[in-house]
Amino acid sequence: MSVVKLKLDTGYKITWCPGCGNFGILAAFKRALQELFDEGRVRPEEIVVVGGIGCHGNIINYINVNSFGALHGRVLPVLQGIKLANPRLRPVGFAGDGDMLDEGISHFIHAAKRNADVTVILHDNHNFALTTSQKTATSPRGFKGRSTPMGNPEEPLNPDVLALTSGATFVARTFARDIGHMTRVFKEAIMHRGFAFVHVLQPCVTWFDTSKYYREAVYKVEGNDTSSLEEALELARRFYVDPGLRLPPRERIPIGVFYRVERPVYSDSFTWVRGPLAGDYSPVSVGKVLEELV
Amino acid sequence: MRQVSVLFGGAAGDGVRGSGRLLARIMSRYGWRSFVYDDYQSLIRGGHNFSIVTSRKDEKVLAHWSRVDAVVALNQDTIDKHKDRLRENGVIIYDADRAKKLPQGVATVAVNASTIVREKRLAPIYRNALLMGALLKVLGVPLEEGLKVYEKAFGPETPNKQLLQQGYTLAEPPVSFNLSRGSAQPLPVLTGNEAVALGLLRAGLKVYLAYPMTPSTSILHTLAALQDRYGVLAYQPENEISVINMALGAAYAGARTAVGTSGGGFALMTEAFSLAGQSETPIVVVVSQRPGPATGVPTYTAQGDLAFVLNAGHGEFPRVVLAPGDVEEAFYMAADALNLAWKWQVPVVLLIDKHLSESPTSVEIDEGRVTVEEGKVVRSREELERLGLEAYKRYLITGDGVSPMALPGIEGVVVKANSYEHDEWGLTTEDPVEISRMVDKRMSKLPHIVEDLRARGPVRVWGDAGSRKAVVSWGSTKGAILEALRLMGGGFKFVQVRVLAPFPGEEVARELEGADVVVDVENNRTAPLADLVRLHAGVRVDGRVLKYDGRPFTPDELAARLSEVMEG
Ligand SMILES: Cc1ncc(C[n+]2csc(CCOP(=O)(O)OP(=O)(O)O)c2C)c(N)n1
Ligand code: SF4
Repeated sequence: MSVVKLKLDTGYKITWCPGCGNFGILAAFKRALQELFDEGRVRPEEIVVVGGIGCHGNIINYINVNSFGALHGRVLPVLQGIKLANPRLRPVGFAGDGDMLDEGISHFIHAAKRNADVTVILHDNHNFALTTSQKTATSPRGFKGRSTPMGNPEEPLNPDVLALTSGATFVARTFARDIGHMTRVFKEAIMHRGFAFVHVLQPCVTWFDTSKYYREAVYKVEGNDTSSLEEALELARRFYVDPGLRLPPRERIPIGVFYRVERPVYSDSFTWVRGPLAGDYSPVSVGKVLEELV
Repeated sequence: MRQVSVLFGGAAGDGVRGSGRLLARIMSRYGWRSFVYDDYQSLIRGGHNFSIVTSRKDEKVLAHWSRVDAVVALNQDTIDKHKDRLRENGVIIYDADRAKKLPQGVATVAVNASTIVREKRLAPIYRNALLMGALLKVLGVPLEEGLKVYEKAFGPETPNKQLLQQGYTLAEPPVSFNLSRGSAQPLPVLTGNEAVALGLLRAGLKVYLAYPMTPSTSILHTLAALQDRYGVLAYQPENEISVINMALGAAYAGARTAVGTSGGGFALMTEAFSLAGQSETPIVVVVSQRPGPATGVPTYTAQGDLAFVLNAGHGEFPRVVLAPGDVEEAFYMAADALNLAWKWQVPVVLLIDKHLSESPTSVEIDEGRVTVEEGKVVRSREELERLGLEAYKRYLITGDGVSPMALPGIEGVVVKANSYEHDEWGLTTEDPVEISRMVDKRMSKLPHIVEDLRARGPVRVWGDAGSRKAVVSWGSTKGAILEALRLMGGGFKFVQVRVLAPFPGEEVARELEGADVVVDVENNRTAPLADLVRLHAGVRVDGRVLKYDGRPFTPDELAARLSEVMEG
């Protein structure tokens, strides 16, 4: 396979706040792609990135690969549609916690349940950042956002547990300040066949700066049995974020690949679909079907 | 007799709808054309369902008639509810185990259908074949025609064939209609939804996504059943929002894709409908109307979503809305919809309703009239080089507003589609100059679309072209209007509007100009077509004939109301 050098930068002016965790995600993702290209495992034209709406979604402007800017909450249906139409593509989604776990949560559960062969990266900053900070599904109880000045009255949802119990076959957690760790995890996720979910702990320096909190709380797991759902769930459950980000953290937070198994993806059942549905515009005859209805 | 109408009635689950369609197929083999109206409730067992089959020798029939020549009753309810529809010299054929009270002075044929199927240890649904046999004898249609259709529908081993024969032999009807064989070629019997499915396939459909919602669901069923034969995909995601966003992903990747739903489901899709407009992703949305608002009346008919469909989706973007009037048009216009979507990279709605979606009709379809119009799709680097577009821009500004659409997956080519306003590359922009350039680019397609549609017949004229009385309408009312025209012996011109966006104002004005009376006919309460005609054609409608009880017009009813308004 010949390696095509594609400039991975678009030259587009980045509009994230200085220090935002999204910079780390962007850097790690570009590095992961470049390594996959250099290793001859993936070709640049196979990658399609799909962004949600929120600060995270702007990432599609910064990477010079195929992209589709989706609606708020709808990254997953678009990813799955692309994969259905052309299985040779490798769609990778970038979603926000508000985006994917508030607005679009049904798609998350169903994509995991059907083990759709796509990768989705969650920029979890525990708030709607772009709309100037309101609570999301992952905001801790007591979180003071601008719509909940007295404190979020709800318990947060644990995305990793949800992914695991919904049927995802690759579940990992990583940290936006650890580019090396993220790069490794992204590469594995992209190469995984099946629904790959990567939960990135993403500090939002402007509204909810978890940088210090996570730096102290996070530790890397290695040597865990990634084929054990029980073990994965046990690791996934260790995820406490203090609403006031008080230090030292009450509990430590493991990061790493928690779960990786092989299971058929739903589209394996479509045995009658031969070759990509995309790009085939040959006319077909319906004459026989009409004849049968006489 | 050159025309005959038969009503089949029973409870839900009795197989009434199946019988209606089988009779239409039998009549088709006999050289008669048919139209079948299915009236059924939103339940699985019990209640009351009926089917009216109107057949005509040699000629097309486009609507069911409310008066019938025969009632085939699977239960007492059917006789009680429909005996008044019977014409003089009509016949009731009935399951004598289930119905006992018959009207005085009406010819009847009793068949102990329940007893016979029970003795054979067959399910009650098999009663239909016995009664059909008796009906064929009443009609004077040879048993062989029935046997052929039953074998085709149920396979050679089916007990239905033997029961059909038994019903035919047992029946001793007091009268026979002595229908004579027509000379017309046997034609297929299709519903509008089946025609839509086949029209889409013919025009290169590769992915169909839908969440079940009556009356659109049988498009999904039809394509799901055919998907292995055609190597395409019919799939049901978790909800309508997923359906249309997935569809946009598939179309962006390069698969000709359509979705189908009814008003409520389309309401959920509207945000992504606007995304199709913004991202210029080709998509066909089939909207089959039922009475609303909200859940409304799921299994009945209406044309109440026209204004909604014309205005659905936030922001300003070009769209096409097509409204076929019968099953044949449903086939060709479904194909047109897919072709237009890809040619102009816009969302296209195919707007139909329960009456068209679910009424089996004898149709003559020539698939040779349909081709796949690819549009400006680019599949390889060589093609791009030929076009001189190595530095590929997804939203390149061109003379007709349509940019070459490269499919993702070409070496060295980056395809960026965007929900945000964007520049030619597809990168997000908030720049005032860029914004207006892109809005203009998208809207600049419209005059070209209008020209394209002009060649596809946005308006059709029927009846007395020179008459000073005109009826204007759209969609499935076409059938009843053409039948009313026949019943009234002409006397008006019917202007059928087949494209509702962009509205063919010029054509409509030309056809209505000089009419003394213009009557608008619609299956709704607020007559949105009348407003469109006034707005775009500058013609004021003089009378409105509207119906909004969930039922379609019948020719006799419509003729009476038209006469009243035109004379009045
Ligand atoms: C249907 C819809 N509702 C609301 C919005 C407004 N909106 C834009 S971004 C956003 C929240 C983003 O939060 P998140 O997904 O967590 O992303 P972040 O900005 O934190 O990266 C909302 C509510 C929208 N664009 N679309
Ligand atoms: S608001 Fe938060 S998430 Fe958004 S760019 Fe700024 S730091 Fe990043």
